[in-house]
Amino acid sequence: MSEEQIRSLEKQFEERIARDEKIEPKDWMPEKYRKTHIRQMSQHAHSEIVGMLPEGNWITRAPSLRRKVALLAKVQDEAGHGLYLYSATETLGISRDEMYEQLHTGKAKYSSIFNYPTITWADMGAIGWLVDGAAIINQVPLCNTSYGPYARAMIRVCKEESFHQRQGFEIMMKLANGTSEQKDMAQDALNRWWWPSLMMLGPTDDVSVHTAQSMKWKLKRKSNDDLRQQFIDQTVPQAELIGLTIPDPDLKWNEERGSYDFGEIDWDEFWQVVKGHGPMNKERMKARVGAWEEGEWVRDAAMAHAEKKQTRKEKQAV
Amino acid sequence: MKDNLYNYLLGIADNSLILGQRMGELCGHGPSLETDIACTNISLDLFGQVRSYFQYAAKIAGDGRTEDDIAMLRKEREYKNVLLVEQPNTNFAYTIGRQFLFDVYHLAFLSELQKSKDLTLSAIANKCIKEVSYHERFSSDWVKRLGDGTEESKGKMQEAINDLWTYTDELFHQTKVDKAMVIEGIGVDVTKLKESYYRQVSELLEEATLQIPESKYFQKGGKEGIHTEHLGYILAELQYMQRAYPNMEW
Repeated sequence: MSEEQIRSLEKQFEERIARDEKIEPKDWMPEKYRKTHIRQMSQHAHSEIVGMLPEGNWITRAPSLRRKVALLAKVQDEAGHGLYLYSATETLGISRDEMYEQLHTGKAKYSSIFNYPTITWADMGAIGWLVDGAAIINQVPLCNTSYGPYARAMIRVCKEESFHQRQGFEIMMKLANGTSEQKDMAQDALNRWWWPSLMMLGPTDDVSVHTAQSMKWKLKRKSNDDLRQQFIDQTVPQAELIGLTIPDPDLKWNEERGSYDFGEIDWDEFWQVVKGHGPMNKERMKARVGAWEEGEWVRDAAMAHAEKKQTRKEKQAV
Repeated sequence: MKDNLYNYLLGIADNSLILGQRMGELCGHGPSLETDIACTNISLDLFGQVRSYFQYAAKIAGDGRTEDDIAMLRKEREYKNVLLVEQPNTNFAYTIGRQFLFDVYHLAFLSELQKSKDLTLSAIANKCIKEVSYHERFSSDWVKRLGDGTEESKGKMQEAINDLWTYTDELFHQTKVDKAMVIEGIGVDVTKLKESYYRQVSELLEEATLQIPESKYFQKGGKEGIHTEHLGYILAELQYMQRAYPNMEW
């Protein structure tokens, strides 16, 4: 294809996106669009899968049968999100095995929040309420993103995430209205998860590298800082409602802006975790790589069995 | 009669409780995403069943005990599950072997329990059987895949079946409570399930190109509360929150 032809295709492509048309797997797309989507979508899928670990950590110790069932269902939802996000990403010409390889070698990232440990039951509440809450703010705009398979996957993901968020808030509410020990447990979880949750909305706009291009492709509709403000404005009244205190002495309602002012985020901590040196980065990867390597003989057996069955079928047909 | 029914319910539910707990341990660590989801799903089904049984048991006890009290506040010797379900997830072959050897029994048991004179119990059985027939399909398919897969998987699957075989006979052992419930027309006479169980299991093992273990030495005791050393650790996790923070709502 000549450069001129490519330019013309690119122009048509951008126009389609501007008209809010969906791009489908077999449509022509610029290489950069494909790569950016593989990166973002696989990162999203990896986050779902790695995100199963901190919550999976409490399944055997959930405090009641009702909570245990709800937690199992939630973690299973996340596995499901991972599964169809991987499938959606495969439509861009990469296999799930290749994506796993990228995760296991550290080439692909996942949400840094999952590199924090879940040390008490209240962390199950805090993750649902804050982490899923921040994720929803990131993800709702993606229901209208330009790549069709991603947009459609996100509609379902968001519905389930909003259920998880309510479930997490309900765990926190119950603790906050419980005994003093339970209330302390809830406050402690909020103290530990608040700042990492704010970091989930990404670096500040002045240092965010991908924003401009992503905005054009509708992979992003609002800047990181705007999303963060939205998250804070939405969450502070929820904390007040259940009598918990946001661990930020600088948090103050700004009448003029109609928003909360908030304190400085520790970006050194953020980058430390992103670069692989958070409290649980090594353990999370060890768990994922371990499951993959220990499962190899099982996957091999399934393949071998399928081949044997196929051969038998063919022999019978002859 | 009330005590017998209460204890009978516990005997059934504890199997699902302990197996559900074992399957729950695997969440996020399965050999593939699909098997991970399936194992979590089985765990979820089993705990759903546990809730039905224990809610009914709590109603029968009628002394303010809740489903969680029954599930999480008994002592080691008061759990009545069979030894098979408390065996560890040594590797995926053990997980599948344990599941398969239990599922074949569970399905036949529920099919009989549907005929119980106790209408609540028969309704629960009716609900559970749909789930368990899926479990049985899942686990037998995997026994076939692993048995008739690679040399390595065959060896692992055979080893798991050989080791777990010793716990199968207990499934058909009757306690005093079981016998009383059979006489009342409420319980299932498990001794009658034995022959077809071993026939079904053997047929599937043959199809999976595996050897049927010849050992005639069996372990039992779980139904009477005499467990393997594994149970204490399972309970340590299961009961942790209820023990560390007693009398609280979650």
